[in-house]
Amino acid sequence: MQQKCFSIALAGNPNSGKTTIFNNLTGTRQKVGNWAGVTVEKKEGRINRFGYDIRITDLPGTYSLTPFSIEEIVARDFVLDEEPDIVINIIDSSNLERSLYLATQVRELNCNVLFVLNMADLARQRGIKIDDKKLSELLDLPVVFTVGNRNKGMDILVTAAIELIESEKRTPARRRVKYSKDIEKSISAIEALVEARSDDNFSYDARWTAIKLLEDDKIVKKRIREKIIDRGDEIIEQVEKHRECIHALYNDDPEIIMTDERYGFIQGIIKEVVTLSSRQRVDISRNIDLVLTNRFCGFPIFIFFIWAMFQLTFSAGAYPMEWIDMGVNLFSAQMSALLPDGVIKDLFINGILTGLGSVIIFLPNILILFFFIAIFEDTGYMARSAFLMDRIMHLIGLHGKSFIPMLIGFGCNVPAVISARTLESEKDRILTILITPFMSCSAKLPVYIMLAGTFFKEQAGTVIFIIYLAGIILGMLTGRLFRATLLAGKDAPFVMELPPYRVPMLKSLIIHMWDRSKMFLKKMGGVILAGSVIIWVLSSFPIDTEGRKAYLAEKQSVMTFYTDQTASSKADKHSLLQAEFNEKLAKIDADQAVKRVEYSLMGRIGKFLSPVFEPVGIDWRGSIALLTGFVAKEVVISSMSILYAVEKEEDALEHALVKSGMSPLSALSMMFFVLLYVPCLATVTTTFRETGSLKWMMFGIVYSCSLAWLVCFCIYQGGRLLA
Amino acid sequence: MQLNEVKESQKATITRVGGNGALRRRILEMGILKGSEIYVEKYAPLRDPLELVIKGCHVSLRVEEAANISVNNVR
Repeated sequence: MQQKCFSIALAGNPNSGKTTIFNNLTGTRQKVGNWAGVTVEKKEGRINRFGYDIRITDLPGTYSLTPFSIEEIVARDFVLDEEPDIVINIIDSSNLERSLYLATQVRELNCNVLFVLNMADLARQRGIKIDDKKLSELLDLPVVFTVGNRNKGMDILVTAAIELIESEKRTPARRRVKYSKDIEKSISAIEALVEARSDDNFSYDARWTAIKLLEDDKIVKKRIREKIIDRGDEIIEQVEKHRECIHALYNDDPEIIMTDERYGFIQGIIKEVVTLSSRQRVDISRNIDLVLTNRFCGFPIFIFFIWAMFQLTFSAGAYPMEWIDMGVNLFSAQMSALLPDGVIKDLFINGILTGLGSVIIFLPNILILFFFIAIFEDTGYMARSAFLMDRIMHLIGLHGKSFIPMLIGFGCNVPAVISARTLESEKDRILTILITPFMSCSAKLPVYIMLAGTFFKEQAGTVIFIIYLAGIILGMLTGRLFRATLLAGKDAPFVMELPPYRVPMLKSLIIHMWDRSKMFLKKMGGVILAGSVIIWVLSSFPIDTEGRKAYLAEKQSVMTFYTDQTASSKADKHSLLQAEFNEKLAKIDADQAVKRVEYSLMGRIGKFLSPVFEPVGIDWRGSIALLTGFVAKEVVISSMSILYAVEKEEDALEHALVKSGMSPLSALSMMFFVLLYVPCLATVTTTFRETGSLKWMMFGIVYSCSLAWLVCFCIYQGGRLLA
Repeated sequence: MQLNEVKESQKATITRVGGNGALRRRILEMGILKGSEIYVEKYAPLRDPLELVIKGCHVSLRVEEAANISVNNVR
């Protein structure tokens, strides 16, 4: 039997329970990606129900369908261009009036619509009774009830959708918003114009187009110009006349009048279908907010939650991190024993395994962190945190919601950049992503501890604190700078709903967490892999065959020397000789390691770049260490140990650094450089994924490196002048 | 009187929503319309933004945005 397929689009307000219904319908069979060209999350799922193959698309949650936000444009374009067989409009029953505003707009798109009154139980609790038959009759479309978070009504929903499609009865938008006479007149006039000019290129509903044109919708105007080339301008001209006419009549813009009239229409419906019982209800959500956003305990509680989140993330994450580390090491040892010596083995173990290992180690942290963020989002606390923090974030031209990503940045920049997705405005998102790396991530801390510990001893703590603080301040200044220049424009309005608190569903929390973590693993796996291989190539080629021969020869001679010595001396001297031998061997190995790095492309690049780093007080070894730090910041330390020829003993690097003639000032400069310069490869690739633009990624790299150099130049040269 | 002058736990009736462009439209679309009744639930701990109750749902606005909304009949 041939299966019938059709497509469903889910539309609805944010917090209407749309995502819960989507999760209930599709389960784990979801595909999460981005809408073409923009960074709005796109979720799709395929299900088989009642012998139908159904493709479900979760449209972004919106309050309206204006062209002011990408989400709204994406949602309406999907309905217009992809023409799903049916649009299911999820309506929050406890919030009918506001939900119907989007519903009237969806209705105007003239597509097949099914209304789903979700959270019916909550509405009943609040004493709201909705007459679904009346609503269905008034709007001339089917209406069903569901309770998404109890998984109730899903079958009814699917059955109703199938019925509607099978009946092949379109739900014509007969019962639509009727605007006042003058506006209706203008709509009809424009509609006629559009219809008369309409060729095959332009398939949008004529009435909808007319309404949008009258509302001065920039995108529809642009499409009219593009698609109806010969007469587009003429239509627009006519529209302008109508707009002026209406403006003169009502003394306000048509779009404002029309918004008002839509609400008028909705109020009419509400009057007929809703009966409010006067039962006084206890509003739990309000009571919770009395505490959580309280003037006095709001902030302390917020800080406690954040602290708890980090504490749990990094303490509970430490165990699985250890296991992963052990696993990778074990695997690498096994492979090392299995594979024959040579380039392939070196590539596999030192290139690929080390590279992937350095990324996968973050997985536990990321999973836990995203689990907490999912809890914040699903309970509704995220909106409260934005409410609390907005005043502060507004100082740098950002939205309150930017706080969470920036905070996560102190842990790890990768999840921080991904979590910027919670921001609605694209400008805010880009700005947040660009300044997040200045929040010093946990991988940079070992570098500070080592350098500050060596050169500043007792003041190490203060120095590290200053570095963190400098990162925050420079991030804020950067925010202000970009807000004023590159990402200029008004701040995103802070019209934000504070949804009622809800008990989160474990299933959605896990789906939420897994989606984002999967993104981290899957999408970056490829790039990280390539990056690690490139770094490996740079640091292992060209192979210094001469040097290696000399090294092996020296090693051999030392070995023979000591073997002879041991053979010819007494037994009591053996242990002494053995120790001497080991020391010699370690020195030869360390020397060889330095030579190898120096000889490699990486070393050459480092040496080549040393004139650039000289004015900031970083020598060629430091510059190579910084270069390798691009893979991951922890690598800076291991590179330095190799380059400063550290012998195998306690505190060796510290001694070596002091011996090398590094001054406290250059150490300070080095720390600032690590704080500010290009974030690690994983962060950079995430930035690319999340901004969807190579331009912003490159800009971020160039900006951070230039800023690092400039700041370090001031510190080093200024410090020298003072000294 | 402007909405940002209304104190906590006071009700008012909206007489006009000013401002311009996308922001004004967004405010209207959230149901903050002329003639609607609005309740100032609370101000954030740092006195900005403020939380409002309109048509039964809680919405927050910045003080500068609330300054565009004229109200009367404060009680």
